Amino acid sequence: MMEIYAVPNLTTPNKPVVFNADVCSGCNRCVEVCVSDVFMPSPEKGKPPVILYPDECYYCGCCVMECPLRDKGAIKLSWPLMQRVRWKRKATGEHFRIGMRNSSSLKNKESS
Amino acid sequence: MKNEGGDMPELLKWQYPIRYGQEMEVDADVLVLGGGLAGCFAAISAARKGLKVALVDKGAVIHSGAAGSGIDHWGSCPANPASKVSPEQYTKNQIETFMGGYGNVIAQYIVARDSYDVLLELEKMGMKVRDTEDEFKGAEFRDDKSKLLFAYDYESNHCIRIWGTGMKPALYKECKRLGVHLYERTMVTSLLTENGKQGARVVGATGVNTRTGEFCIFKAKASVLCMATPERLWIFSTEWTGLVCRDGPPSNAGDGHAMAWRAGAELTMMEKSTHEEWGGSTGIGSALFGSGTTFATWYPCSLVDAKGKEIPWVDRNGDTLTSVSQRTHPAPTKKQDFFSLVLGGGEGGKSTSPHLIEDLAERIKRGEFALPLYADLPGMPEHERRVIFGLMVGQEGKTWIVYRNLIQAGFDPNKDMLQVYDLGPAPHGWRRLRYGGLVHDWDLKSTVEGLYAAGQQIFDGCGASYACCTGRWAGSHAAEYAMRIDTLATINREQVDKEKARVYAPIERSEGMDWKELESGIAKVMQDYCGDVKTEELMKIGLQSLEEIKEIEAPTICARNPHELMRSLEVLDILTCCEIIVHACLARRSSNNWLYFQRLDYPVNDPPEWRKWITLKLKDNKVRIGELPLDYQGPLKKNYEAHRK
Repeated sequence: MMEIYAVPNLTTPNKPVVFNADVCSGCNRCVEVCVSDVFMPSPEKGKPPVILYPDECYYCGCCVMECPLRDKGAIKLSWPLMQRVRWKRKATGEHFRIGMRNSSSLKNKESS
Repeated sequence: MKNEGGDMPELLKWQYPIRYGQEMEVDADVLVLGGGLAGCFAAISAARKGLKVALVDKGAVIHSGAAGSGIDHWGSCPANPASKVSPEQYTKNQIETFMGGYGNVIAQYIVARDSYDVLLELEKMGMKVRDTEDEFKGAEFRDDKSKLLFAYDYESNHCIRIWGTGMKPALYKECKRLGVHLYERTMVTSLLTENGKQGARVVGATGVNTRTGEFCIFKAKASVLCMATPERLWIFSTEWTGLVCRDGPPSNAGDGHAMAWRAGAELTMMEKSTHEEWGGSTGIGSALFGSGTTFATWYPCSLVDAKGKEIPWVDRNGDTLTSVSQRTHPAPTKKQDFFSLVLGGGEGGKSTSPHLIEDLAERIKRGEFALPLYADLPGMPEHERRVIFGLMVGQEGKTWIVYRNLIQAGFDPNKDMLQVYDLGPAPHGWRRLRYGGLVHDWDLKSTVEGLYAAGQQIFDGCGASYACCTGRWAGSHAAEYAMRIDTLATINREQVDKEKARVYAPIERSEGMDWKELESGIAKVMQDYCGDVKTEELMKIGLQSLEEIKEIEAPTICARNPHELMRSLEVLDILTCCEIIVHACLARRSSNNWLYFQRLDYPVNDPPEWRKWITLKLKDNKVRIGELPLDYQGPLKKNYEAHRK
């Protein structure tokens, strides 16, 4: 059976950056450039860094900007749920938002 | 399933070597403290004179500072070839119309004169400043001869759109090329003075490495303080993003203000310091410029209501505008009166540039417009749409990632309208971003010998061109000063030891208060006793509360590693900044709309006897209040020429 631990609450937001460990080479370029020093190099060589201080992330995106593997999906900046903004397609009235599953769900039903 | 990584293991060993107490000594001709735009330019201009330059930065120079992730406009640039205003006209408008006389004339004039040359220097360093690919050929805001793109005001052309995500990387490369010695991840903790005396010549600084905890002693013939306006003073929470900063990154904790104060340098305009919501506070709402607005980067985007009805724009006379183009031109009846800075201006934040109808919120409540509102990019003329979303959103600070994330999520500026998250854009007061800072002369020398300052470190400092131009100016004057000095001064060991004890105290305690609780407590005092409405009684209680915190809770602050030590030392600097602000607010016994300063007990706005700078400094550890005439700069052209190096 899974062990259950007594642990303190996480800080919120706690996942400003999402790595893909299969792509990330663990070069720690993001660790080098972060203005808030949010990351800590992984104790295991070649692995993505640990996000040690997620609450101090300023969401400037420089970690993504500097990542040599960003376009292969090694790193993404992820705004907290409260900041995932919405938009509306002018011609169809469809609603979308950051992080939604696909672009054709949620038809807007507003009267016009 | 995708393997994310990045998670916190149950117990993680500190991955950097720990060197608490160990000392590293550095000698330099010129020491630059803070490596943002101002600091980089100060270092570059001193290094160009062949001097040994050390640059200390809390982050990594390539992306540190308020413009670390980019900047989309180069303001205060009336000396460019397509400008229709002179540096003198521009400065007069900025100081008189935009700030009612309460502006930094010396710095503003230096910027107005030098900013085009500085922009050309940045271009030489590799930053893109022109539409070389003719992406915007035929646009109203483009000067076809120079290929410069102008922003906001298409008639007077004093603000240039730039590809500023390349600015910090270009400056970083230039610093390296010129052999500037970089000390990164190093928090400067104090200025060292001759014989350790407050108010005496600055002869160096101390610092602590934020990863190893190593102690650093910097000795220099001249120093340039280039740190930022303090953030995190009124609102603090770690449950919102970025520690709820106003404008710059969380590391902008007022360290420079605090150490200059302790060293005895004089500050002014500190009573103008206003709380965080006014920067478009990044933590509480959506990501800055990451939702629909008409403000700054998004200017002059059309807004529509939920049913597609456009929100009208008016000019400063209240006349309704009928085209998008009119939003970027001065009102016809005031032809000669070009826009104030970017947007806004006028007493009490009243907009002098074209803006949305002022009673929008009322008209929404009456049912004339339906919520939510949207930024109608598809409805904008093509050049405007592409320059707002793609250049401005994309190059402005923190928007490179906004552009990338939105496009990756399927947002199409040709088809989609981004939601506006309130009853229309808030009345942002861009002027509010201009805080107090160090008093200086025409050399950008502080009131303390050997100490120069630039960027947000001087009073009223704001903006990228401001930071770069004042940095360049201060760096070259510091270099001239250093060249007149034969040998480095001896460091006072007692002063170093005292500072060392102060710096390491938080890691020597095994229990006490953590930095977050201390910071929240300080912010609450500022909200309760130094908020929008001020009285003598309130502020005296505030000052007493801060003094109590300094005596009772601050000496218990506790840190478990070098990173927490950095944050703890920042909070102590924040506490000092708050004290300076309350002292300054108590000293100005009159209300002043230009300074966003309301005193219930002195309600008369800007009476003539209070039209002056209130200055303050420490002497023998006692607060000394002084004053300076608003126009202490003297004749502009003459002084500029006499002090240009």
